Amino acid sequence: MRERQMRADMATSPNTTISASTGTTTDRSTRSRHGALGTSALRPDGLPKAQGRFAFSSDAWADNMLWGATLRSPHPYARIVRIDTSGALAINGVSAVVTADDVPGKLTYGLIASDQPVFARDYVRYAGEPVAAVAADHPETARRALEAIVVDYEVLTPLTDAEAAIDLTRAAIHPDGNVIRRQRIVRGDQHLVGEIVVEGTYEIGMQDQAFLGLEAALALPDDDGHGVELFVATQWLHEDQKQIAACLNLDPSRVRLTLGGVGGAFGGREDISLQVHCCLLALVTKRPIKMQYGREESFYGHIHRHPATIFMRHHADRDGTLRRVESRLVLDGGAYASTSSAVLINAVTHVQGPYRCENATVDGYAVRTNNPPCGAMRGFGVVQACFAHESQMDKLAAACGLSPVDIRLKNAMRTGDKLITGQVVESVAPVERCIRETAALPMPEALAVAPDPLEIPGGSGLTAQRANIRRGVGWGVSIKNLMYSEGFDDYATARCHLANGVATLQFATAEVGQGFVVLAQQIARSVLGVDTVLLEPISTDIGSAGSTSASRQTWMSGGAVDGACRLVRERLFAAVAGQHGLDPLRLAIDGTDVVDTLGSLRISVTDASRGLSFDETFEHHHRKTEELDENGQGNCHVAFAFVAHRAVVDVDPELGLVKVVQVATAQDVGRVLNPLAAIGQIEGGIAQGLGLAVMEEIVLRDGKMRNPSFTDYLLPTALDAPDVIATMIEEPEPQAPLGAKGIGEPPCISVTPAIVAAIRAATGRELPRTPVRPYDIVFGP
Amino acid sequence: MSITNATTVDEALAALRANPLARLIQGGTDLMVEVNLNRTKIEDVVSLRRVAELRRWHVDEESNTLRLGAGVPYAEMERAPLCDYVPALAEAARTVGSPQIRAAGSLGGNLGTCSPAGDGLPVVSALDAVVHLRSHDGSRDVSVHDFMIGVKRNARHTDELIVAVTVPLVTGFQGYAKVGTRNAMVISAASACLVHDAAAGAVRLALGAVAPTVVRTRAAEAWLASETSLIGTPSVSEP
Amino acid sequence: MSNEFYRLRVNGVDHEIRDAWTGESLLYVLRERLGLPGTKGACEQGECGSCTVIMDGEAVCSCLVMAATAVDADIVTVEGLANDGEPTDVQQSFVNAGGVQCGFCTPGLIVAVHHLLDRNPTPTDLEVKEAISGNICRCTGYGRIFEAVRQVRDARAADAS
Repeated sequence: MRERQMRADMATSPNTTISASTGTTTDRSTRSRHGALGTSALRPDGLPKAQGRFAFSSDAWADNMLWGATLRSPHPYARIVRIDTSGALAINGVSAVVTADDVPGKLTYGLIASDQPVFARDYVRYAGEPVAAVAADHPETARRALEAIVVDYEVLTPLTDAEAAIDLTRAAIHPDGNVIRRQRIVRGDQHLVGEIVVEGTYEIGMQDQAFLGLEAALALPDDDGHGVELFVATQWLHEDQKQIAACLNLDPSRVRLTLGGVGGAFGGREDISLQVHCCLLALVTKRPIKMQYGREESFYGHIHRHPATIFMRHHADRDGTLRRVESRLVLDGGAYASTSSAVLINAVTHVQGPYRCENATVDGYAVRTNNPPCGAMRGFGVVQACFAHESQMDKLAAACGLSPVDIRLKNAMRTGDKLITGQVVESVAPVERCIRETAALPMPEALAVAPDPLEIPGGSGLTAQRANIRRGVGWGVSIKNLMYSEGFDDYATARCHLANGVATLQFATAEVGQGFVVLAQQIARSVLGVDTVLLEPISTDIGSAGSTSASRQTWMSGGAVDGACRLVRERLFAAVAGQHGLDPLRLAIDGTDVVDTLGSLRISVTDASRGLSFDETFEHHHRKTEELDENGQGNCHVAFAFVAHRAVVDVDPELGLVKVVQVATAQDVGRVLNPLAAIGQIEGGIAQGLGLAVMEEIVLRDGKMRNPSFTDYLLPTALDAPDVIATMIEEPEPQAPLGAKGIGEPPCISVTPAIVAAIRAATGRELPRTPVRPYDIVFGP
Repeated sequence: MSITNATTVDEALAALRANPLARLIQGGTDLMVEVNLNRTKIEDVVSLRRVAELRRWHVDEESNTLRLGAGVPYAEMERAPLCDYVPALAEAARTVGSPQIRAAGSLGGNLGTCSPAGDGLPVVSALDAVVHLRSHDGSRDVSVHDFMIGVKRNARHTDELIVAVTVPLVTGFQGYAKVGTRNAMVISAASACLVHDAAAGAVRLALGAVAPTVVRTRAAEAWLASETSLIGTPSVSEP
Repeated sequence: MSNEFYRLRVNGVDHEIRDAWTGESLLYVLRERLGLPGTKGACEQGECGSCTVIMDGEAVCSCLVMAATAVDADIVTVEGLANDGEPTDVQQSFVNAGGVQCGFCTPGLIVAVHHLLDRNPTPTDLEVKEAISGNICRCTGYGRIFEAVRQVRDARAADAS
């Protein structure tokens, strides 16, 4: 009862506003109990991480272990003529060399289509594709072994142009064909021409997740040679387990995974990278194998954000009312499918943005090329679509004589509106509020007359002249689906045990840095009235939690933990009620006590659970979704979250340098469960979106990466980070178990177009491509 | 494979003479990148990290020059008193990599690697610096312009050590500017060092990362020197 | 591999390193030979700061230190910032202010911030940003890290006055 009361409070309470520039926090939940939901409870892994005691997957170590290493193709497309591993095996200290011939089970893996070889056998299809792996006594021995493997390639002309994958001018480079998926959306009037028509073609570069903790794992073979234990950094233990077991021809129960500490993920750990190689080497050598990528290998070893080319034409009435969108989207999926088909669906179904639009003509392709494989990255297809639709909204505003804010307010989606898929948006949809509250946030101060060089574009490079700097303001608003789509039942499992006032939780939810470990503790404290919440190791010893992806774990695993704790609470109440001859429905948790809401009984949870033991497991499933039909119609998504961003930039137009001064944002979060963790997601997402706006891109030439290093692939530094002012809009989501929407992805989506729009405003350039390069600012159209 | 942790220049030179193929390492910010990324297979190494002599600098008031040991880290050039003697060098030093890199990297390393993007190189070029080399057999001084030959190529003989660099102390504006696509920790896309030698009535401009080696813009310098009205005005001296 | 050995002094303790390959970085030796995995590696070329340690009073990237050349150096890692297992003020502040997410950059940042505050107890916000501009964080966007440093700076100033 008290909980219901708390939720009602949430709906009417003022927002949690955090000003990042001052760090002041207005937390209206201060009356909540320490460590409960709504408080900035501190994460249990925080101190171990700060002290260097936390064990990341790369920190795993075993007696007698060997080092694994991977040989990769230097060619984007070639036929393998011959592999000679004898030279490597002859090196002192080398224990094993494995190739496709040594894979005991399925030769391929993949999240959706199983089209990616464990090791290339006949053809290599991207530069960096694994061809062989070695195990040796030292990393340097392993490197020398790789150099001693002779692979004869017949080099073929790579398919690197996504359009050429569609137009059938090139033969298929894979048995599954060159088009991974095509999806059209046909809705409403297909011939409507608006009074105002604006169009453009937009390009989005290939972004890397660039998680700091490189791919690493330790595999321990079972004594009988029929099983393996793997400590690995991943986003979804059970999916890895399934794919590893299939490739190694092992019973899944004999492939046991424990989450090694994960140094960030952002989608880049959804796919298999070194898991099968590492386990295979352990089985072959019968010794523990440690594998760890370097940064360059990491660029080759995981998938990236799809580069995309998106044509859009918007039709509107003269007053700016959006009437029809047309779009053609081409996403380059690279050599293997990964999650391309799902990324495509996200892109096409969100291409209208968070706006009402009744008529749509959309044609989307995810294609196969000999470029590096692409798949999941934070924002998952919506980042690409948003850059296009928000660029278009600014064009439309200009054509209609409206401000960027007014055009968006005019068309802002509301709960009950339909997407271009025909799906009704049942989620809370405070788009208008996001925009208005963002607009109400203070603008930054004007640039000082004599600023510190570090405050202006170029920083200590001392290039920009104060008088030349131009300031611009830009807007971006986005809609993002939450959870998996198209009929997928991505449920989550959690277990709760209570005894003597101590709760113990178990789940397989990958903690990748987002802070689910503290959220789980908060849920247990709130539901059960306990202070001490212990966490079991995160492993396949319990049922799947689904992937730490798609902004889904607060909702899904949060729902599972909440459910398990509630089941335990029911049993606790039943026990207390039995002892005192009460109806258990009269009991509630108040602070750390069980209380009789109609009487005087009050007993601490510790006392109430003394000598008792309750153990419950709960699976949380979200509502069912369905696949899209051939016209792209159907209720394919579970729920949606919204956000608005306003960016202020300073630009040196002569040198094309940019300093993002401030990003203001109002985000639809449903309910703030941990203000400190929430602002961390918002600020971190903004930095990644900033990266895509002004610096981050994997540059390809003829299918080969030009910049697979942190010297040449630039990430935002502390001196690139803008001031962030954030407002969290709390309108609890009725569908969500805790009233809270996922908040991980929205922060990074519309901030990119907002920053690019601000650069356009400062320079007058069209800038149809992101990231914006200095050349584009100085010489671009 | 061997490592010589030299403590004196003579020790380092003896090791180099014994093995001219040995790789020299000072701060490690170039060589260790090559090693870590498997771009080079090192065998023998002569470490200069403990050679105190290479970390010293002194001002010769008679010749009005600064002699800077090849191992003086960039971090020291950023700070007083060195930053007051050669402000352009301090500005260049501040743009080198990260604070951690600046604590380890040095002019000797920049000259030894001789990348056209080396941040210290336009400064020593614009200042017409002299590079001091020593071998077991003797020493020689080479103009920095003759020292830098091409991309990652210089005039150092394999048995020689870069021990120091001498730059003149000039009155008049000097400054360094560098373009990179990030607001910190970025490799130079283009850089420039401008020095106004007021006593000599000369202006010298060197550009980095735009050619195989740092280039001096002699024609522009001659024109600037003739445009006396430009010299010393805020539009030139204030970056 | 070499049969020679060398000594490293880490966190006040002398270690003998035997049978090492010449090319091993200090980062590798700390993590794989000395059982000190708190120092992290994320780029191998001095572009991320995750491997920051204090060497002879300077914050440096341990991935770029050839371990066998560090024989006379005094090396302090994240494990050596406090003696008794208790967190330092900087470590506690990073947790309290929300500066830790995945935590992979955290040890390097902690070392860099200790080094900054040791040399400059009252840095301005810009000085803080410049001092940690060599430490890449991919999760936080830096906002909570700046806040953590401010909190330590202000708390130390309050203690001193």
